Amino acid sequence: MKLSRTLQIASSPHVSSGASVDHIMYHVVLALLPVVGFAVYAFGLAAALVIFTATASCVATEHFLNRLNRRETPVSDWSVTITGILYGLTLPPALPLWMVVIGGVFGVGIGKYLFGGLAYNAFNPALVGRAFLQAAFPQAMTHWSEAFSPGRFTDLPSSTLTIPMAEPVYDAVTSATPLAVMKFQNATTGVPELAFGLTSGSVGETCAALILAGGAYLALRNMLNWRIPVSILATVAGLSFLMNLIAPGEYASPVFMLFSGGLMLGAVFMATDMVASPITNAGCWLYGLLIGALVVVIRYWGGMPEGVMYAILLANAVSPHIDRLIQPTVFGTRPENGEKKDEQEGTA
Amino acid sequence: MTAPAVETRPATSVWSMYRAIVGIGLACALLIVAVFQGTADRIRQNQAEALKKALAEVLPQATSVLAVVDDGGSLVPREGADLPVFLGYDENGRLIGAAITGIGMGYQDNIRVLYAYSFAEEAITGFKVLESKETPGLGDKIEVEPHFVANFEALDVRLNPDGSALANALVTVGEGEKQSPWELDGITGATITSVAIGDILNGSAQQWVPLLNRYRDQYAMRPEAPPASEEGS
Amino acid sequence: MSTPTTHTDEFIKGLWRDNPVFIQVLGMCPALAVSNTAMNALTMGLATSFVLLMSGLSVSALARFIPREARIVCYICIIASFVTTVDYAIMAISLELHKSLGAFISLIVVNCLILGRSEAFASKNSMGRAAADALGMGVGFTAALLSIGMVREILGAGTLFNVELFPEGYQTWTVMVLPSGGFFAMAVWLLVVNAIKQRQETAARLKEEAS
Repeated sequence: MKLSRTLQIASSPHVSSGASVDHIMYHVVLALLPVVGFAVYAFGLAAALVIFTATASCVATEHFLNRLNRRETPVSDWSVTITGILYGLTLPPALPLWMVVIGGVFGVGIGKYLFGGLAYNAFNPALVGRAFLQAAFPQAMTHWSEAFSPGRFTDLPSSTLTIPMAEPVYDAVTSATPLAVMKFQNATTGVPELAFGLTSGSVGETCAALILAGGAYLALRNMLNWRIPVSILATVAGLSFLMNLIAPGEYASPVFMLFSGGLMLGAVFMATDMVASPITNAGCWLYGLLIGALVVVIRYWGGMPEGVMYAILLANAVSPHIDRLIQPTVFGTRPENGEKKDEQEGTA
Repeated sequence: MTAPAVETRPATSVWSMYRAIVGIGLACALLIVAVFQGTADRIRQNQAEALKKALAEVLPQATSVLAVVDDGGSLVPREGADLPVFLGYDENGRLIGAAITGIGMGYQDNIRVLYAYSFAEEAITGFKVLESKETPGLGDKIEVEPHFVANFEALDVRLNPDGSALANALVTVGEGEKQSPWELDGITGATITSVAIGDILNGSAQQWVPLLNRYRDQYAMRPEAPPASEEGS
Repeated sequence: MSTPTTHTDEFIKGLWRDNPVFIQVLGMCPALAVSNTAMNALTMGLATSFVLLMSGLSVSALARFIPREARIVCYICIIASFVTTVDYAIMAISLELHKSLGAFISLIVVNCLILGRSEAFASKNSMGRAAADALGMGVGFTAALLSIGMVREILGAGTLFNVELFPEGYQTWTVMVLPSGGFFAMAVWLLVVNAIKQRQETAARLKEEAS
């Protein structure tokens, strides 16, 4: 939160890592820009509107709720902007805008503000919003329009501007996501298409290469705990390699698993939510392992084709417990369960 | 053996506890019996109406029905059985099928179902739950889960060559594992309930399908003398 | 507890100040499970109110007759009898309704609200008071269930008491008729109720400070 320009008094140690919330968040926005750009390029006007509406609704909700409770509005620190962009990136391109608004209000209002606002949210608010939409409007949330359709920059899909509360009517060409094709027709999609986002899917999940580049940029600037995505991706790759070895016809290959669906976006930008993920490095490895295993289990054996969102939300719920499990011992004290943890081996 | 600590408070006499529990128990029993007597007629009437509606749902082609019972191995027309079975006739008075009530233990309590048997298809062609107390959201999916309901489009109940039993016993299998037309595709998360439905149908069909087929010719046309269907309304 | 004196006070407290669902957070199981439509919520609320009233009256009347050690047995016996009565009554009114409420009618027996009021209030107060308290709690419970049920039915099915509210093409919110919808509707109502309560308390304190 941006503090007002009055004298700040803090107790020692007076060490600063130079990283404040708005500084980090600014760089995250920077890392997300190429992904957003590609999303608009691939899905056209509809994607731009979805991302814009998502961001606007999240920011507006945050601002309004803080105003309502006479708190200083934290909108200027960019954190809710990122929530909004990320939330927009997880949505199907032709989703009616009124649904986008409802998910945004729900994600920020219930997923973040009810828990106490920034730094108190137990779950990633962007995913809370998406999970709510998935449960409320399952048909609309699994309606995928084709990427690179010819008129994407001039025409809007008829569903985008559906009147609020009305059922969307679709006219655009639909196309199953690679994971759905895998699940229901047992056919795989080529790696180059997956890696460079030539497939259909959620607005921002298709281009794995750009997501990885953004993640690498943040990791290099030490603004993202690289252990989490690495652990998730390694677990998914390892488990699917094993299963693929046992029954190659039945289980998708590790490369397909890594590059399809929302795994990249989830692993790099969602699971690394600084508040909802564990604090210790060892905790991060364990957290990633849990997410990776859940993703594989849901994708292979679950009823739905994709499970990254639920995997991350479940792991979010567990992450405080992971922290307690791997609580570092404060030097000179005896480890004791249930003690308050005031010394934390930080990642910052 | 030695528990003096209990004696700190003067104990209520056993007699007064006995008096209270038995007294209240008796009063409550009386109340329940009275209410049961008072509502029994209405409830029976409601059930008859619900049954009629259910009949129209599982045996839509039938325009009139004839209630029958299994009287020691022979099929005789009679009303008011505990588990009613109805022969269904089309508008020309030809026997087309039967609606059979089955009952069996589910996860919580007895489940009562009504299912339709079609002579032409030799299959169960309709299914409806009349009464169940299955877990809301799990067990009660047997009425709504599309792939489970799809089991009853044509569930094979062909008879064996000598007509004494079903050629293949009906059995519930795991979700998505249905291979043969006499298997019921179960529901994950409601295994006990979906298996119970398989058992109920199997038990009932093993009894009724052979019997119905033995008497098929005798009841092939609707008996004219007693006006069969219009009861209870 | 201050000294609520009149019967009206005993009645009023269940509506808002001690509302069983929103303030005491009792009887959550039916409040979440059978509030998927307004009709179910209303029936459930009325059935619970009836059991609450009758068992409150009986417990209050029999208070001297029931020894302390055997009180829970006796209370449960009384409550269970009235629940069975309601069960038969609903079956006689409409089998359809009975079916949609499923096992939850019988589960009124274990609704902690009823045993709680019998134990904490009816057994220590006169029949008149017990009746006023039970009615207040019953109306409060019904109102709470109905407010959850209406939200869930309007959003989840686009209807209210089975009457279509919206023109053709209304997008239903599937989640609201699912169990999780119960939690969401409940949470939002709790939020509203607490916000109002807080506001009232602040206003009262300010008034006190001013005077």
